[in-house]
Amino acid sequence: MPTLTLLQAINDGLRTAMREDPSVLVFGEDVGKKGGVFLATENLQKEFGAPRCFDTPLSEDGIVGTAIGMAMNGLKPVAEIQFQDFIFPAFDQIVSEAAKLRYRSGGQYTAPLVIRTPYGGGIRGGLYHSQSGEAYFCHTPGLKVVVPSTPHDAKGLLLASIADPDPVIFLEPKALYRSVKGDVPEGRYTVQLSTLREARPGKDVVVFCYGAMVPVAVKAAEMAAEGGIETRIVDLRTLLPLDEEAVLEHARSTGRVVVLHEAPRFCGFGAEISALIAEHALEYMEAPVVRVTGFDTPFPNTLEHHYLPDHRRVLDAIEHVARF
Amino acid sequence: MTTTEPLKVIEADGAVNGHDSGLSAAELLHCYRTMLLVRAFDAICLKLQRAGRIGFSIPNEGVEATQVGAASALRKTDWIFPSYRDFGMALYHGVPAVEMMHNMFGNARDGAKGRQMPVHFSFERPIHFVSISSPIGTHVPQAVGAAYAARQRGEDTVVLTSFGEGGTSSLGFHSGLNFAGVWKAPVVFLCQNNGWAISCSAEEQTASESFAIKGEAYGVPNVVVDGNDLLAVRKVALEAVERARSGEGPTLIEAKTFRMGGHSTSDDPKKYVPAEQIELWRKRDPITRFEKFLTAAKLLAPGRAEALRREVEEDVTAAVREAEKVGPPGLETIFSDVYAELPVHVRKQGEQLFDLGRRRGDAHAGDGKFPL
Repeated sequence: MPTLTLLQAINDGLRTAMREDPSVLVFGEDVGKKGGVFLATENLQKEFGAPRCFDTPLSEDGIVGTAIGMAMNGLKPVAEIQFQDFIFPAFDQIVSEAAKLRYRSGGQYTAPLVIRTPYGGGIRGGLYHSQSGEAYFCHTPGLKVVVPSTPHDAKGLLLASIADPDPVIFLEPKALYRSVKGDVPEGRYTVQLSTLREARPGKDVVVFCYGAMVPVAVKAAEMAAEGGIETRIVDLRTLLPLDEEAVLEHARSTGRVVVLHEAPRFCGFGAEISALIAEHALEYMEAPVVRVTGFDTPFPNTLEHHYLPDHRRVLDAIEHVARF
Repeated sequence: MTTTEPLKVIEADGAVNGHDSGLSAAELLHCYRTMLLVRAFDAICLKLQRAGRIGFSIPNEGVEATQVGAASALRKTDWIFPSYRDFGMALYHGVPAVEMMHNMFGNARDGAKGRQMPVHFSFERPIHFVSISSPIGTHVPQAVGAAYAARQRGEDTVVLTSFGEGGTSSLGFHSGLNFAGVWKAPVVFLCQNNGWAISCSAEEQTASESFAIKGEAYGVPNVVVDGNDLLAVRKVALEAVERARSGEGPTLIEAKTFRMGGHSTSDDPKKYVPAEQIELWRKRDPITRFEKFLTAAKLLAPGRAEALRREVEEDVTAAVREAEKVGPPGLETIFSDVYAELPVHVRKQGEQLFDLGRRRGDAHAGDGKFPL
C-alpha cells in the first residue's frame, strides 16, 4: 500500500474519481496548468484534458454558480476554492442555492457537488489565508461538511463526498497537507460520511476534534498519559450531519469532555457539541465540558502560534477536566 | 468606443515629441527614483524571503511605471484603494521604506501590528493608502463609496482604486463600476493588466477585446494606455482625475504592462509563462524607458542614475537593518482593535492566554511557510 501525504491522497482521490466516472470534473482558479497553488490537482489536466480539469476566471461566485448548474444537469463537479478565506463571494450560491435547491424544488432538482477548499492556520498566512469557517456552513441545512485529518480518510471521505447526492463542503487542513503521511489503499474505497474515528484510545477524558487539531490533541494526550491520564481522541471527520449518538456515547463513557477547534469560540462548532452533551448526557458528566479554541479575534500573522490552540492549551484543559 | 491600441508618450529612443507632463525636473527625478526604490525594495525582499528572514513577498518588477505614473496624478488629500501590488504609489507619496519593511517583518512597528502577511501594508498618512485585503476586488465598490462620501461632504477629493486584470472577474469590479456610473462618482479605476492572474493569462479571464471596454457596459469612459510608459500613464490618470474632480464622473483605465516575476515568492512563473513573452517584455522595461526619456531631455547628468541606484540600495538596506532590530508585536495585539472597546469575553480570552504562558511557558513558533 503506498504511503502518501494528505495532499497526495487528495490528488489520488480526484484521479480515482475521474478515471471511474467521465462526469467528474475538477476546476477552479489555477487548478489546470499549475495543478493548484498547493498542487492538489497536479497532472489532472495532463491526464484528463482541459474539458475535465480546467482554470476558471477569478470569481468564486462564478465557480460555485456554474458548478451548481453542472450538477443539476448530470455532471459531478468538484470545484476548488483556492483558500477557504476566499469562499465568501460564493456564499450566496452555497447558502441560498446549493443548500436549498432540493428543498425548494420539492426534490426535482439537486446539486450533488463537492467544494474542496484548504482551511486553517499554521502556514503564516495571516488573517486572509488562515481562517476556519466551518461554523458558517454547519449553520446551513442542506449542506454536508467534511474535514479529514489523515491521508486515508482524505481519499476515502473525498470519494464518498463525490458519490454523495447532496452538496458537500470539503475542508482540507492545509497545515497537514505535507506534514502527515500514511498508508492509502490504491483505487476506490470510501469512508462513510457521518462516522467518527477514534484516533487514540483512553478511558478518562475524551477530546473531540477534527482536521489539523487532531495531531495537536494526540500530542497533548501523550503528555497527559505521562501524568496518568488516559485520553481518548475522537476525530469527528464529518461535522454535518454529525453522528450525534456516537458523540454522546463517547461523552457518557468518559464523563469528561474537551472540545477542540482552531476556529473562534463564539458560536463555533464546540458550542454544538457542548450543547448536545448538556441536553442529552448531563447526568453522566463528571466535569463541565471545556472548549479549547481560537480566540474571538481575526487571525493574526506574526503571533499565529499564540492564536492556534497548541498542546499546552489542550493539556491544560485535559488536566482540568480530569481533576475536576 | 474603446481603442485597444495603447496610448503612449515616450518613444523607443526616449523622445516625447513635445509632450508636456506638467512635472518639474525635480518631480520627474522623483518619479524615476521612486521606480528605482520599488525595484530595490523588491530585490531585497526576494533575497530576505529566500534566506528565510521574511515569510513572503510580492514582486513588482515590470509594473513600476503604472504605479508611479498613476500616483503622480493624485494630490496628498486624495485616496488610494490599492491592491497588493501597488506599493510604489505609497512610496511616491512619501511613505518611508522602513515603514514598509516593518510590515515585511511583521514586527512591533508594523502599521498592521503584525496581523497581516507581508506586503499587506497599513500606513499612517501622508496619503490615504487604504490597508490591503487579500480577497480580490472587494475594495473596488468601497472606493466608489469613499468617492461618493467625498462629494457628499463637499470635498473635491478623488479616489483611485487599483486592481489586476484578474480582478475584473470579481463581483466587486462589476458592482463598483455600475454604482460609479450611476452616481457619476469621482473615482478612477485603474486596471493593471499585467498579463497573468497567478497562472491564468489575461485571455483566460475575459472574451472582451480589452478590459477597458468593460467600462462601456456601465457608461464609464475608458482608455487603454501603455503601462510601461510612465508619462502616458500619468497623462491618462491626470485626465481621469481632472474629470472626476470637476464632477464629470468615473473613468476606467487599462494599463497594459507585465508582471516580470511570479505572482508571489511562492509562485514559479516559469511553469506557465512562455519564455518568449518574458523576453519580449524585458525589452520594454519601464525604468529603462524612462531613463531614455530623462537622458534625451538632458535631465539625467552623467553618473546620476548610478548615484540614485546606490542611494535607494542604501535606503532599503538601512530599512532592513532597522526593521530586523524590532521585536514581534506584544501578545495584547492579538486582542486589540477587534472592536473600539474590548468586549469582556475577548478580554477574558487574553487573560487566559497570559495566565497559561505563566504556568506552562509561551507557545513556540512553528516553521510554517506560506505556500502560494
